Amino acid sequence: MASVEWVRPESVETALAALADRVGQAVAGGTTLLDLLKMGHRLPERFVDISRLPLDQIVETPGSFTVGALVSNTALANHAVVRTAFPVISEAILSGASQQIRNAATIGGNIMQVVRCPYFRSTDWPCNLRSPGSGCEAMRAPLHSHAILGTTADCIAVHPSDMAVALLALDAIVHMRTAVAAWMIPLSEFYLEPGRGGEARTALPRDALVTAIEIPRPVSAIRSGYLKLRGRASYEFATASVAAVLLYRNERVEAISVGLGGVATRPWRRQDAERLLVGRKLDEGSIDRFCDALLDDADVRPETGHKLALARGAVHRILRSLAAL
Amino acid sequence: MADALTIGLTVNGRGVEVEIDPRRSLLDLLRENLGLTGTKKGCDHGQCGACTVHVDGERRLSCLQFAAQMGGRSVTTIEGVTGDNGELHPLQKAFVQHDALQCGFCTPGQIMSALALLKEGCPTDAAGVRELMSGNICRCGAYENIVKAVQEVADGLR
Repeated sequence: MASVEWVRPESVETALAALADRVGQAVAGGTTLLDLLKMGHRLPERFVDISRLPLDQIVETPGSFTVGALVSNTALANHAVVRTAFPVISEAILSGASQQIRNAATIGGNIMQVVRCPYFRSTDWPCNLRSPGSGCEAMRAPLHSHAILGTTADCIAVHPSDMAVALLALDAIVHMRTAVAAWMIPLSEFYLEPGRGGEARTALPRDALVTAIEIPRPVSAIRSGYLKLRGRASYEFATASVAAVLLYRNERVEAISVGLGGVATRPWRRQDAERLLVGRKLDEGSIDRFCDALLDDADVRPETGHKLALARGAVHRILRSLAAL
Repeated sequence: MADALTIGLTVNGRGVEVEIDPRRSLLDLLRENLGLTGTKKGCDHGQCGACTVHVDGERRLSCLQFAAQMGGRSVTTIEGVTGDNGELHPLQKAFVQHDALQCGFCTPGQIMSALALLKEGCPTDAAGVRELMSGNICRCGAYENIVKAVQEVADGLR
């Protein structure tokens, strides 16, 4: 039977050295990794336990708010600045999972989390993500939970994160490091379209770690919120969700960003659609036109058609609420 | 058999050293290595909450925690809640008084989750309690009485 080695580094440098040969898997909270292991997914050669690395700090500057990759979901959601300046983050995190899981989960692990598609989780089915090139059972038998945006011929699984949708709407930046380099990219460029790069769904190389997420400070007076629609009242993944950040003054949109969750293969945002609303009054008609642009290339199947209506309704509701209409 | 590794941790205040498979969950460590079967294995996939324990004072799902990451951590299970003289914790008494269980399988997880909730700051309204206890499923449907038991103890602490 397969074996796996554990290494337990105390510093970021030794952790990166243990990942340098690209056969290791970093483990922070470990919740999804252990779950998938029990489902029969392939073991890496090495687990690198990063849970003790000193990446659990939150650093505030006048221009930005930088969250270490190992800050727990609970700690970020309950942080005083997040609750007041970025309520969309608190609301998104607290709408996801349960308190037990949020305590174990880290923000780095959250943005790296893998899809929940049953055909991916169970090893009984072909899946291009689990086993590149094997095919996609969801194409033959889609489920009500599958994506309507960002789909490709390789995969229609939904990205499950709530928090990443909020971070996307806040123009978050991902900081990464390998043993030899450190760099950052916008979260909007972090997620890759399914099919590109084999199994890789993110821009994080196998020998790298996410070290932090940086959130630019929004101007004061901006309002934000997260609305999640789902099949149960709590402890359920989104059927459709919206993260919205809005500056609305004198009945005009001065700034707006909208992320969609639960409907796309990666956290979804269309800045070309957002531009349609800048300078305009928010009303039934303008929000409708925004939704048309936001959802214009939706790939709807009979099983997933309800998501279109739910996403539209959620956008209407949250924008009206933030604009106090 | 994967290569075993040895870790040291504290369980219910007592230091232990155990040899474990590198793929083992904390839940299996507690039940199989240490014989602490009060922590229940329901779904084993993080959906039911029956395996809830405290790790360094926080509630966690022991079925979704790698045992290999628990070195140096302090774990509390339902066996560590009752006083040395066998007297039930006030929350356990409230569960009995309010008939907050039927089959009892989810109860250790409910108790561990609710004990953490009391420390985190329990909401004053029933809806808030339900939201923060939503990671613990009760298939007998004793939710009404679970919420009453938790609220009674929370009110007593205010």
